[in-house]
Amino acid sequence: MKKLLKLSIIATAIAAVSLGSIAQAEETFTVVSWGGAYTKSQQRAYSEPYTAKTGTKFLHEDKSGTALAGIRSQVEANNVTWDLVDILEGDAMIACDEGLVEEINYDEILAAAPDGTPASADFLGGLNGCFIPQIYYATLFAFNDEMFPGEKPSTIADVFDLEKFPGKRALEKIPAGNLEWALMAWGVAPDKVYDLLDTEEGIALAFKKLDTIKDSVIWWEAGAQPPQLLSDKEVSIASGYNGRFFGAQVNEKQPFTIIWDGQVAEIDGWVVPKGKLTDEMKAYIKFATDTQRLADQSKYISYGPARKSSAAFVDKHADTGIDMKPHMPTSPANFTNPIIKNAEWWANNKDDMSERFNAWLSK
Amino acid sequence: MDSNSDFLVQFKNVQKSYDGVHLVVKDFNVDMVRGEFLTMLGPSGSGKTTCLMMLAGFETATSGEIILDGQSINNVAPHKRDIGMVFQNYALFPHMSVAENLAFPLQVRKMGKSEITDKVNHALKMVRLDNFANRRPAQLSGGQQQRVAVARALVFEPKLVLMDEPLGALDKNLREEMQYEIKHIHEDLGVTMLYVTHDQVEALTMSDRIAVFDDGIVQQLATPHALYDQPCNAFVANFIGENNRLMGKVIAIEGDTCRVELSGGGGIVQAKKINVDKVGDTTTLSLRPERVLVNPAAGVCPNNCEATVEELIYHGDHTRTRVSISGHTDFIIKVPNTHNQQHMQRGEKITIGWDTDDCRALDA
Amino acid sequence: MATSYSKVGEMTTNDGVPLKVSLQRSQRKLKIWAFLLVAPLLLFIIVSFIIPVVNMSLRGVENPQVHTIMPNVTKALARWEGVDLPDEATYAALVLDLQEGRKNKNIGKVASRLNYERSGMRRVISGSARKAVKLTEGPYKKQMIKIDKSWGDVAVWSLIKRESGQFTFSYLISAVDYRTNDQGNIEAKPENKQIYKALFGRTLIMSFTITAICILLAYPIAYLLATLPLAKSNLLMILVLLPFWTSLLVRTTTWIVLLQTQGVLNDVLVWMNIIDEAGRLQMIFNKTGTIVAMTHILLPFMILPLYSVMKTIPPTYMRAALSLGANPVVAFVRVYIPMTVSGIGAGSLLVFILSIGYYITPALVGGQSGLLISNMIAYHMQNSLNWGLAGALGFILLVIVMVFYSIFNKVIGIDKMKMG
Repeated sequence: MKKLLKLSIIATAIAAVSLGSIAQAEETFTVVSWGGAYTKSQQRAYSEPYTAKTGTKFLHEDKSGTALAGIRSQVEANNVTWDLVDILEGDAMIACDEGLVEEINYDEILAAAPDGTPASADFLGGLNGCFIPQIYYATLFAFNDEMFPGEKPSTIADVFDLEKFPGKRALEKIPAGNLEWALMAWGVAPDKVYDLLDTEEGIALAFKKLDTIKDSVIWWEAGAQPPQLLSDKEVSIASGYNGRFFGAQVNEKQPFTIIWDGQVAEIDGWVVPKGKLTDEMKAYIKFATDTQRLADQSKYISYGPARKSSAAFVDKHADTGIDMKPHMPTSPANFTNPIIKNAEWWANNKDDMSERFNAWLSK
Repeated sequence: MDSNSDFLVQFKNVQKSYDGVHLVVKDFNVDMVRGEFLTMLGPSGSGKTTCLMMLAGFETATSGEIILDGQSINNVAPHKRDIGMVFQNYALFPHMSVAENLAFPLQVRKMGKSEITDKVNHALKMVRLDNFANRRPAQLSGGQQQRVAVARALVFEPKLVLMDEPLGALDKNLREEMQYEIKHIHEDLGVTMLYVTHDQVEALTMSDRIAVFDDGIVQQLATPHALYDQPCNAFVANFIGENNRLMGKVIAIEGDTCRVELSGGGGIVQAKKINVDKVGDTTTLSLRPERVLVNPAAGVCPNNCEATVEELIYHGDHTRTRVSISGHTDFIIKVPNTHNQQHMQRGEKITIGWDTDDCRALDA
Repeated sequence: MATSYSKVGEMTTNDGVPLKVSLQRSQRKLKIWAFLLVAPLLLFIIVSFIIPVVNMSLRGVENPQVHTIMPNVTKALARWEGVDLPDEATYAALVLDLQEGRKNKNIGKVASRLNYERSGMRRVISGSARKAVKLTEGPYKKQMIKIDKSWGDVAVWSLIKRESGQFTFSYLISAVDYRTNDQGNIEAKPENKQIYKALFGRTLIMSFTITAICILLAYPIAYLLATLPLAKSNLLMILVLLPFWTSLLVRTTTWIVLLQTQGVLNDVLVWMNIIDEAGRLQMIFNKTGTIVAMTHILLPFMILPLYSVMKTIPPTYMRAALSLGANPVVAFVRVYIPMTVSGIGAGSLLVFILSIGYYITPALVGGQSGLLISNMIAYHMQNSLNWGLAGALGFILLVIVMVFYSIFNKVIGIDKMKMG
């Protein structure tokens, strides 16, 4: 009896080991992203077609909120488990400088546009050494129609006008975006915002404007919160990601209106943690960032493809058939008065601004 | 009612039920005289503690009336009754020193500081613990804790002191010592005490009067002497002291004596008529072991029986002799080991005899 | 009989072995056994608790970046007086270190490190490193100042010299709202950057408040639990423990649903005409929210120790106090409550220490005014990635907890506590 037990344990162990090696033979990528509708759109546009083509499996983790911390601790511990990480441009720059992620030779690794334009010329920006841009998204304001039966807010100045447009505001609990908007509310032109923020007076001015609405602000930290706060009518105007608001409008039929004025446009994309730039990974990146794939993603979420050549391929929403072009932050009608987020400025000043912002918050 | 003023405590037709179905105390009536030491004695569950708790105010009487010092106290809160109480586990406050424990009842009565100190010192001296004032109860022995508990119940000079099996946790020697000590305190202070115990020796030693409880009823209320010598029923006779029982049938009644035919063919004996009504009743004869004489000289005892010695146990001052008589094999005789006492052997046939007054015909 | 005196005062056994030695020998086996029994737990605690705590605390003073990545500059600056700009040799060392750091892709660590101390240092270091690669021959001083004029600023060099040691106090200094100025003196941070002292203070005040509320709420419940008949008290106990079986997030989210301005409680108040539509109360995303949610979560930690102490107090103590003439209130305050002090102490210690380190609940329902110091530590761990500062804050928090623990110990006595 004991012998039999021993034998069966050995057999199981052998089976487990061999199964494990089979699983290893079949490539599995651990891809880190933001979760929710966004990860869903990446799955449907990139990874599912790739699995169908090559059999490569994908494991999705929703950890992009703390992507830089994650990459740093994995690299420091010499135990990198993430293969591909969706990250903001500014964080990508820091990761690149600290040597936490692989440098990318763009024209070698990325596919050229259909007309033969090399990748480095086709992308809309953000090619800073390690970062592979994917989408343009906007952080902007939206409001609940039902809370403004009369005149509706339409500018950044309106957002800061509590008398004319009463109700609470929801803002993200970080300085980025809020400082820019505060200056815009004073009437500063979007392209002058960072120059002003480089001065002590500019920063003081920004906080002074934020002071005027501080008591009416609910601070959010996760992208899912703003649409929720709006539909609960906890706030009347909320800042948030344009894709989330679009999702609530289309999928949940929420009566939200987006204020495109003063949208903070920012690039989001991929980085490859140190030691993970294998040939298999190169092949996947080439596939997932080609003109067609980036355009495909916009069928599922209203973020603009980061390649010029993709614009022509933007099509209808996959589930509802809505034409996606008017919902792109980069479409001309929406891109009238944008703030292009200065990732480098933020990389340099994030520590200082966060310190001030947190001190201001706690007062 | 003036006649009541001699009584400190009166229970009048008190009944108690916890569940509305059974009565724990069936009909309790007692009048306690000022300065008296009254003991409620009985097996556990007999209702004696319940009566004590009703008097202390921790239980309410289901019906009937309790009177303290001429006042009905049915609706008086416990802390206003001015009754001292000693609990079974002493209930000394563990976070206070001995002196603080004693000062507590005086402090809540808002006495002056120096008066409190005087009274506490006096009470400590009374229980011979003057050197332990600053100790915590946990640092004292069981007997010392007991004395503190007694002192605390007396220090505020209550009208009445209740004691709920206060010596139950002590070992035998200490218990006897404490019995005398409490008794002396009672005599010295003249305070009225109501004492609850299931230990009959304790009750006999200490009490002026004893109320024997069983099944929610007082079976007999009498002085220790009367209880022992003249138990009014079989329960009391058995519960108090050692007792020989002989079963039999009444065949004649003559005044306050009766003739009883022993079952098992032991012959006919004369007994004092206590609890039997008529000829033909079955009865239990009660006989104290020390009242039985062995081989009495002819004519000394009106009752004589044949018996066989079964067992002899030497007890120092007396020899406990078990004999068989008319089918009973557990008949005990205490034979004093006096100078001229003859020696018996196992199996020896002897004659035993007793006085008619010592043999009481009780209920069957 | 078994002992004899070999010398005055020293006991020996019959064999002449000193008694103490003999006793030790006979107990050694027992001690080894006892050690083996606790060894697995000890190992677990060392690996999963002590090492991380020490590691994290060390991060609060460790400063390897400049020291290891810019070794030449570190060496060169050791001789520097700090009055005028450094000499040409130092600039040459700078170029060498930047080129080397660029090649090894670790110069960004220095950039991040120095940026904590001085805004813009990330740009200075990373940008200079990119451009310094192209420099091949000196003199370097002029060329470097041309690449970035910060290299002509004595304050920048002072900063690098100051942070070139293997260890630094700058995180700890920063964690109490102080900083080292350009002259190298420690001074208070400007008003608009002070945050940690206030947060430590708020954390302590909130923890005290929560502990006090827990005592007030838990005491009657524990009393009821201890005095009810068993069947009923078991049911009540299940209700007390129920929150333990629910996920922390679910419980916290439930409070949001209940307390938000459009939430259930406000709706009820409006419906009952106690408040009007415009006067809806802000009960969440502020201090109130944090206190309510945390009290709810931590309440069982107060109830259980109290209950376990109360369970051991027989009713005779209260009766004794009443019979001695104390009215029920006095009896309760002077007799019952002192006997439960050990339970109050244990519960308070648990609740206080737990709440001082709480961070999920305040993060979810605290808004801006309900944030605690742990949220800041988490922020520096996950968002700003300033692990050194996180380590320093954590270390200070640990010290505060230990100080309070020793105060508790002095006042109540840990050995007397009953943890339930």
